[in-house]
Amino acid sequence: MTNSIGELGTDATAIFLIGTNTTENHPVIGYKIKKNVRENGAKLVVADPRRIDLAEMADVYMQFRPGTDVALLNGMMNVIINEGLMDKEFVENRTEGFEAVKQVVEKYTPEMVSVITGVPAEDIKKAARIYAEAEAGSLCYAMGLTQHTTGTDNVKSACNLAMLTGNLGRPGTGVNPLRGQNNVQGACDMGALPVSYPAYQAVSADANREKFEQAWGVKLSPNNGCTLTAAINKAHHGELKGLYVLGENPVLSDPDSHHVIEALEKLDLLIVQDIFLTETAQLADVVLPGVTWAEKDGTFSNTERRVQRVRKAVSSPGDARQDWEILVDMTNRLGYACSYDSPEDIFEEIRKVTPSYAGITYARIDQTGLHWPCPNEEHPGTPILHAEKFSRGLGLFHAIEFQEAFELPDEEYPLILSTGRSLFHYHTGTMTRKAVALDVHQPENVVQVSPNKAAELGIIDGEKVRLTTRRGSIELKAQVTDILNDQVVFTFFHFSEASANVLTQAEKLDPVAGIPEYKVCAARLEKIV
Amino acid sequence: MAEEQRVILEYADKIDPKKADDYIKVGGYKGLEKARSMDRKALIDEVKKSGLRGRGGAGFNAGMKWSFVPIKDEDRYVVCNFDEGEPGTYKDRIICEKNAQALLEGMAICGAAIASKQGYIYCRGEYPFVVKMLREAIKSAKDSGALGDFDIEVRMGAGAYVCGEETALIESIEGHRGEPRFKPPFPGVAGLWAQPTVVNNVETFACLPYIMTNGADWFAGIGAAKYPGTKVLTLTGDVENATYFEVPTNYMLRDVVYKLGGGVKGGKKFKAVQVGGTSGAFIPEQNLDTQIDFDSMSAIGAALGSGAVFVMDETRDIVDIVTRISKFFEHESCGKCNPCREGTWRCREIMEKINAGKASQKDIDNLMLLSRVMKNAALCGLGQAAPIPIDSTLEHFGYEYSRKIV
Amino acid sequence: MLKLTINGQEIEVPKGTMLLSACQQAGADIPTFCYDPDLKLAGSCRMCVVEVEGRRNLLASCVTPCENNMVVSTESDRTTEARKVILELLLARHKVECMTCEKVGMCKLQDYCYRYGVKDSRFAGEKGHFAMEDPNPFIERDYDKCIMCTRCVRACEEITGAQAINVKERGHHAKISTIFDGKLADSTCVFCGQCIMVCPVGALTSKVSMGKGRSMEYDRVLTTCTYCGTGCTLELNVKDDQVVGVTSNRDATYSPVNKGALCVKGRFGWDFIHSPERLTTPLIKENGQFRPASWEEAMDFAANKLKAIKEKDGPDSIAMFSSARVTNEENYLAQKMMRAAIGTNNVDHCARL
Repeated sequence: MTNSIGELGTDATAIFLIGTNTTENHPVIGYKIKKNVRENGAKLVVADPRRIDLAEMADVYMQFRPGTDVALLNGMMNVIINEGLMDKEFVENRTEGFEAVKQVVEKYTPEMVSVITGVPAEDIKKAARIYAEAEAGSLCYAMGLTQHTTGTDNVKSACNLAMLTGNLGRPGTGVNPLRGQNNVQGACDMGALPVSYPAYQAVSADANREKFEQAWGVKLSPNNGCTLTAAINKAHHGELKGLYVLGENPVLSDPDSHHVIEALEKLDLLIVQDIFLTETAQLADVVLPGVTWAEKDGTFSNTERRVQRVRKAVSSPGDARQDWEILVDMTNRLGYACSYDSPEDIFEEIRKVTPSYAGITYARIDQTGLHWPCPNEEHPGTPILHAEKFSRGLGLFHAIEFQEAFELPDEEYPLILSTGRSLFHYHTGTMTRKAVALDVHQPENVVQVSPNKAAELGIIDGEKVRLTTRRGSIELKAQVTDILNDQVVFTFFHFSEASANVLTQAEKLDPVAGIPEYKVCAARLEKIV
Repeated sequence: MAEEQRVILEYADKIDPKKADDYIKVGGYKGLEKARSMDRKALIDEVKKSGLRGRGGAGFNAGMKWSFVPIKDEDRYVVCNFDEGEPGTYKDRIICEKNAQALLEGMAICGAAIASKQGYIYCRGEYPFVVKMLREAIKSAKDSGALGDFDIEVRMGAGAYVCGEETALIESIEGHRGEPRFKPPFPGVAGLWAQPTVVNNVETFACLPYIMTNGADWFAGIGAAKYPGTKVLTLTGDVENATYFEVPTNYMLRDVVYKLGGGVKGGKKFKAVQVGGTSGAFIPEQNLDTQIDFDSMSAIGAALGSGAVFVMDETRDIVDIVTRISKFFEHESCGKCNPCREGTWRCREIMEKINAGKASQKDIDNLMLLSRVMKNAALCGLGQAAPIPIDSTLEHFGYEYSRKIV
Repeated sequence: MLKLTINGQEIEVPKGTMLLSACQQAGADIPTFCYDPDLKLAGSCRMCVVEVEGRRNLLASCVTPCENNMVVSTESDRTTEARKVILELLLARHKVECMTCEKVGMCKLQDYCYRYGVKDSRFAGEKGHFAMEDPNPFIERDYDKCIMCTRCVRACEEITGAQAINVKERGHHAKISTIFDGKLADSTCVFCGQCIMVCPVGALTSKVSMGKGRSMEYDRVLTTCTYCGTGCTLELNVKDDQVVGVTSNRDATYSPVNKGALCVKGRFGWDFIHSPERLTTPLIKENGQFRPASWEEAMDFAANKLKAIKEKDGPDSIAMFSSARVTNEENYLAQKMMRAAIGTNNVDHCARL
């Protein structure tokens, strides 16, 4: 997030949510949005293919066709430019590349966008006006925007919209991705990415590599590594032989599970370090028992870039071992000598090579966490990014044309399938499926289908149905609900018994980010006879 | 002095209260005309000078109340409390049925004083026929042009006694549970929809046209000096003439019972009179020589309240009556604050125990303790006043309790 | 600034200060049930009443704005009498079940009865009949213990925005209820448990923690939630080296993101920690079957195989999936291991999934 979570509850005067079911996936952020709308009269615009909880209190709700995000955002920009609502001063002083965007969005009239997205032109206009005219407009998104073959385009379009309206760098504004996992921000910050060292220092840049070579006292590879999804493909082709999986469950979380399982089975060596014998661990050659967050010390960095403490509360069971100790042990066995006394000791090294974390110490975050960038120990942290200038100087507009999703419905697979999370479960369910109350409350997967579609297919609420795509088929209960329209079905990916990722496609990913298109694939829903 | 003095009810049954024209023929809407010709401050001063005090029970100076309303860039409301829920009280209904236009004119005068264009009448849910009549009266007044740009809407209650409390009434108009708010802020500052609001009783509003036409001095010269004007009383219970009367406020209570009321029914002996509604004190024979005005009644530990006069003859069982009253308050407590919600429940339990002859002196002690805490600590007037009948009967009719104690 | 005398002590407060806050500044410890600094004022429990000179009635200090020259007494005979009677009235309706009550030690009713020496109620009579069965697996609703402070109602509306519960009926029949007095699961409840967080007595408790330990038996360890990226802080309740529950600290210093508010997963989704299915020993697969192994053996096995692959097929034939669920320190070590020890940049995690 460019801005902090608290601002959504107090400073934002208009909030535009696209592709985030905030009250289910980031409930506490959802509370703040609701409070701001209810008590301070903040305006709310919701764009989502499902009429989610927050849509009920929105000033404008746009139920758009999955995968048409760029068209919708271009349409809003078209209105803003044509109605003279853009922030000219901001665009002139803080950005570059506007003319190209202006040319592209010119043809995205609300009427034309209405045809693509299914959103009435009048609503597009209203939404554009609310966001553009707001004193402080915050744009929030989550995986609904990113998990597309055009995910990078979608995000860039969102940034265009924010820059066009000057909704950046001030309290209550910003482009705010709501990140789905407790430490996804930290994992990226720490360089658990194939292209960068800690703090996004590109591995391909010689200066960075030299810096780390010096810090670590070893020669480093100049080549970008492969992404998670590419690694699975490489394993499939036999190019990847060994895989070490730490606390992940790609069998359930990655697209096209059959493909993933085949790939993992082809490996010479699969090491899995986890707390449970997950679906992935079951395929491993060696399983290393780590510990839960309740059994370890360390830090997590949340979606607003706040680095906070994690504290050991209880001992770990049996021979399970601290994850950091396992990694240090393994590193030494692989011939690189290193030793640390504690997680804090590791953090001290992190500070030295991670400029944005340099000012953060365990002592400073003992009570309240700090937002990075925090370059020195006197620095108070940075809740709001881009206040004076962007990290590259001027903000860069990207002119983006709308492209359809990779797999569109056809006669054989006439529905659009989107997948996502439920309030009551988390990711692959490794933890929540073993949390008794959560699993009792929501013990199995469902597929959400509109009343019309259900009636057409002769399906009643709660009935077991078959959901099929070109990759595979699962059987699960139907949940008949009017929150989605007749062309869309939705299911959750937490349940191994009816795993959504059996259905999703791994063939075409976002070309830049490598993100799979979980929000759109063609599917068929059938009554089981 | 043993005659009625009719001001508000002067033309009762002589004009059609639904018709503005009838009212105008007998001098109606002249007061509003005058009020509108005056400077706001002068208007409020005039009302202050008349000494008009609230007829709903609290007896607050009306002009003073209005003067607290801040005039800023926001809406203001005039609300008429017509949630006449006190058992034995029906004077507001009589005023509406006989002279509804005076109420409307009074509200509009208040509107002129606080620069408000919108009035609400919150009418008791048990009076649907009056609501119908009021709506016709409003239409007629609007059609005649007499009200000008002042609008009045009638809202109905749903049978909760507590909604007679002004803040609970406001909550109810807003569509919430009828529960009182804490004060401050008073409605004058933050009332309906959190805007400045004047809440007055039907009778208070109905006095205003006559104050404006006849002058503040005229009104101040009627009745008791500190609570001037007339008061409409409703007589119930063991009295020959159980009906309504309008009298000057220096009228004697004994005269209410014996002259207007025609004395105790059937020639029986007088035992007690309860004035002001269910939460009023029980007044014994020895205190009958008291003026009915607010301050004189307070001096004997009673209250003029709504002006209900409930007469009890020698055969009445005071403890039984108070037990019934305690049931009423148990039923009508809104349940918001602890002292009232729990206290009215336990009062009723103890009263029933006493009435059934199963209580001891300890129960009486507990009852008195409970009563004291309810008066001291309850959130609104309902809880604070609910124990008054108990206290006053323990004081004046203690022997009736003693007889039932084991 | 306004000048007041509180319990004989003169203090100054800014205009708009409530009497409760002024009394606290003067060092007075005023009992409250319905007051909650984060919620709209109710002014209904009347426990915070104080005596102000010249006022006929006692004033509820939480809803009374300070006025200049007020002379206030917070523990006068009248206030003590009122508080004792209120406590006795609440005891008369309350299901007194302290032997087994989850809230012992954190129960305000218990604390205040102790403070004011209230052993039993002079007003004991009929009890309330509010008990109900609610089969949801998260929140135990025992309204026979409810004292009608309505903090749950206000928290549900003002913190979570769920508006699942409100007051139904009136007088002493008044109770906390969902629409049509049904189950929480049939209401707009999202099982965040904010109602448990604010409940001052044992009326609302966690079913997941039931019978596992009471507040004086457990320590609280402040940590950051393991689920979504919001980064809520919470307290793990630890008794005998076991997590027995989750509570939260509402002070923004310790809970900057959420001020104590949590969601259903954060508050009720912790018991997997002690799941019998946890891995407790390294495993090596032989002939398609796992067998337990020592750490030495498992680590040797893994390291040797990795080294062999590296030697044979080069460092880029090895990859690592690090994790968005482990700590920064562990992510740092994971990428360092791959880059420094293996010699590849093939490290990623599930950020995209």
